[in-house]
Amino acid sequence: MNKNFDIIIIGAGSVGVPIALFLAEKKFSVLVIESLASPGQGQNKKAIGGIRATHSDKAKIHISLESIDVFSTWKEKYGDDIEWRSNGYSFPAYTDEHEKMLKGLLKIQKSYGLNIDWISAEEFLKIAPGVNPNGLRGSTFSPEDGSASPYLSLNYFYFKSMEFGASYVFGEEVTDIKKECNGYTVTTHTNNSYSSEYVINAAGNNANHIGKMVGLDIPVVPDSHEGGITDAVQHFFNPMIVDLRPAENSKNYYFCQRPEGQVIFCITPEPPIVGTDSRATSIFLPQVARRMLELFPRLKNLKVRRTWRGQYPETPDGFPILGDTELDGFYLAVGMCGQGFMLGPGIGKLFARLFSNSLSYDDMDNMKSLSLYRNFGSEEKFK
Amino acid sequence: MAETHRITKHPILEVKEKKVITFYWNDQKLHAQEGEMIASALFAYGIHVFGHHVKDNSPQGIFCANGQCAQCTVIANGIPVKSCMIPVTENMIVQSCNGLPELPEVNESPSFDPIEEYETDVLIIGGGPSGLSAAIELSKHNVPLILVDDKSELGGKLVLQTHKFFGSIKDCYAGARGIDIAKILSEELLKYDTATVWTNSTAVYVFSDKKVGILKDNTYLLIKPKILLNAAGAREKMLVFPGNTLPGVYGAGAFQTLVNRDMVIPSKRIFIIGGGNVGLIAGYHALQAGIQVVGLAEALPECGGYKVHKDKLHRLGVPIYTSHTILSANEKDEVESITIAEVDEHFNPLPNTEKTIACDTILIAVGLNPIDEFHQEAEEAGVEVFSTGDAEEIAEASSAMFNGKITGIKIAKALNISSEKIPEEWSKKAKILKSPPQKTLPYKLPESEEGVFPVFHCVQEIPCNPCTSVCPLDQIKIIDDSLLGLPFFEGKCTGCMQCLTVCPALAITLVDYRKDSHFPTVSIPYEVGNHPIESGQQIHVVDIDGDLLDKLHVVNVRDTKTKTQIIQVKAPSHVAKKIAGLRIQEPAVSEVLENPLLDTIDDSVIVCRCERVTAGEIRKWIRKGITDMNQLKQLTRAGMGACGGKTCESLILRMYKEEGYALQEITFNTRRPLYIEVPLEILSIIKEK
Repeated sequence: MNKNFDIIIIGAGSVGVPIALFLAEKKFSVLVIESLASPGQGQNKKAIGGIRATHSDKAKIHISLESIDVFSTWKEKYGDDIEWRSNGYSFPAYTDEHEKMLKGLLKIQKSYGLNIDWISAEEFLKIAPGVNPNGLRGSTFSPEDGSASPYLSLNYFYFKSMEFGASYVFGEEVTDIKKECNGYTVTTHTNNSYSSEYVINAAGNNANHIGKMVGLDIPVVPDSHEGGITDAVQHFFNPMIVDLRPAENSKNYYFCQRPEGQVIFCITPEPPIVGTDSRATSIFLPQVARRMLELFPRLKNLKVRRTWRGQYPETPDGFPILGDTELDGFYLAVGMCGQGFMLGPGIGKLFARLFSNSLSYDDMDNMKSLSLYRNFGSEEKFK
Repeated sequence: MAETHRITKHPILEVKEKKVITFYWNDQKLHAQEGEMIASALFAYGIHVFGHHVKDNSPQGIFCANGQCAQCTVIANGIPVKSCMIPVTENMIVQSCNGLPELPEVNESPSFDPIEEYETDVLIIGGGPSGLSAAIELSKHNVPLILVDDKSELGGKLVLQTHKFFGSIKDCYAGARGIDIAKILSEELLKYDTATVWTNSTAVYVFSDKKVGILKDNTYLLIKPKILLNAAGAREKMLVFPGNTLPGVYGAGAFQTLVNRDMVIPSKRIFIIGGGNVGLIAGYHALQAGIQVVGLAEALPECGGYKVHKDKLHRLGVPIYTSHTILSANEKDEVESITIAEVDEHFNPLPNTEKTIACDTILIAVGLNPIDEFHQEAEEAGVEVFSTGDAEEIAEASSAMFNGKITGIKIAKALNISSEKIPEEWSKKAKILKSPPQKTLPYKLPESEEGVFPVFHCVQEIPCNPCTSVCPLDQIKIIDDSLLGLPFFEGKCTGCMQCLTVCPALAITLVDYRKDSHFPTVSIPYEVGNHPIESGQQIHVVDIDGDLLDKLHVVNVRDTKTKTQIIQVKAPSHVAKKIAGLRIQEPAVSEVLENPLLDTIDDSVIVCRCERVTAGEIRKWIRKGITDMNQLKQLTRAGMGACGGKTCESLILRMYKEEGYALQEITFNTRRPLYIEVPLEILSIIKEK
């Protein structure tokens, strides 16, 4: 195997694979190094597959709109069914505070090109019949947001990237990164060394650990979330439903019905459970079951088939960290805060433009706002 | 419609009168017995197809009969349920599940009860032979424990075993029937106040906070044990062949559940794949229930089960096809025949050896896999854990009981409650009880032609000794007193026939020359009462290998306390000692059809039954170099269904092997909660209105 590349990407996950895909498409020679056995075996496979451009800032809205473009046209372009559906996202409001906050954001969101509106409680109940109407004030609805299979998407991105010439090594953990005069040497635990002019850290949970190898302190700290999936039933509701209301020991939770009929769900614990322990706790199931049934009593006869626990690689402000660093040729695509799957293709496209020197003014502006060197003072409203 | 598929008499099992209730099947008014599972109530009417799969409209029905898969799903009172686990209730409206079920509308907002949590010294998962034995031992040491079992009755698979057990009388009730051992063990355990026993309770996961989730009746609760004992038993392996998912193809355990627990007649004619003890015994149980057994195929040149089991089945008239494998289960909606073929030493079918035999059910008994997930989960959670019985290592129930007892003492020691030393001979015995069949020795008949004496048609060394314990004159012995050795008789015999009725294999006959030395009386043990034998009737007597010796008239039929009957014939002296049994199933029953039905093993064979994933789809990705089973699952959905890969995982591993991969090149599937699917309603503990 050739050991010299233009670009080495560390991590074959939600972000590393689509970056490899779009860089390889531009004819860069790319190597992706992954410690696990195959692509997407870290946190990508734990994603529930929601894809939205409903964010509260320009950079993420732009990146996500581009992601949605990739997801929604993939089948048409390449023939692989990655189960994309534009089933929309809804953030129903049951409190005055949430209604105000959601409505307040609509203007900004629309100004960045997002198709989103406020719908009445009545209209919301039409797309999600059976949701608890008591106290429901209405909901945002963004019909062009949607969902796809994280499993199939990442696998087909991976196969396509190889068709474009990208290389992968699996089961090798990066143990050392050395800055050379004209690039980097990356060594793995099997004592293999690979060299390249550029390195992109797309290591998800391990972003900080990889950063330390070159003396960078990247503020990414993983915390744990638990998800689950039910048996399959006939289609009975449309959008992804995000309930922002906090409850005891949890913040928001969200769920949607997948194309084969299974309902997939996830909850955000409060206070956050920092760390990468992925073992299941006994707290999760009763907690999420109660919250879901309270909002949507009809779910009670669904059977939970499987559960899992994964991490959100969090940053202090809830926004990703993208772009260059003080080290020449060392780039970051980390800190996705649980949105790596939906942001991945957009970031891949952005990096392809970055490396082929075709960034737009908006791109540059967006990268600046997501730089490692920003002031982490603001806060993402839709974490 | 008539409810004609019920067992109305049984040589061993009591047929109980039960209250009759009404239910509806797709608008047809039918009757069920109170308390029986929906699946069994439908089987009683000969209804075997419960719905059709959403992906390819394939017929769906019973497969595991154990709540592990979801192929028997029906809609009961509007809610999709597993019909093998949910009892019929008065006026229940049951509908077939065609495609995806519709989720019923619910408009009331729920309120919730707090979740109950318990603490205990030992939690035992599984109330079968090993779990019960361990629980009894722990109770003798006053160790507080909770034992959970997912069935309504304790005993595990013992409650399905109508045959007498092998092993040693002293250590594991050999000579007694499984159903009776289950009673003895559960009654013993229930005597202890320190033991809490919950039936209808399924463990779903050992969580990282050291609590075990339990689905008890219709509630969910948590138990935090100091020590966990996994005695959850085993699950049956499956095979890949065309027609393998037709209703009518299922495991031997599922069959025994339907026949011996629920007492329905699931079929008229069965064929068995697998010559281990499970397959051999299932065949015997079928005959006892009045079901024809048209053959048994074993891929190896010899059956892996006890030879005495095989001989017993073969003598009754069941053809045993060694070095044979199944090629296909034939027909579209339900099984109508099986095609088998001879195999070479690499298990490849030989052309022109195909045989098709008419049957309506094919039992797969090709081995068991331990249910080891609770052990793994407990280790990951840092809970001290032991496993025993089949969950630890697949072996006979006799071994499970003895090892369960040893494990009970080990746990008492781990809790510092006992300092008792486990005798060294126990571990030796534990090993012997686990041992597979050993040497086969030459078959020797006694030379004497006078007096009365037993004849042993038992030539293979197996861990079994009941005959040595019952002789009132103590004249039956085993060389070196080893449990594995063969029994021999010397000295005097009173003709009491206790050895005949205790022998699990019915492999002892008694020859009595005292009244007539030219026509001695031969006594043959018999327990297939659904083929009644009466005095005066002509029977076909056979030798140890099932070959016809003579046609003789029965002079007497004696009932005994053990429910084993003694059939007596007067036989010419040159055949008397050779008589090892009698044939009840005539060769015409199991006749091979003239033209074999051939279905090529192509890519369309189903490997993942839940998600209907074919061998072709899986092979395609294996050939593209996918070695991570997680990735394979993501690409094909194989293993993503209701059973969670419990059936297809080992089939896929075999496909990797066929494609030339070594086991260490494969990354295994990540196992995740839950053990079985649990409704959100139960997990949330909705308050009953």
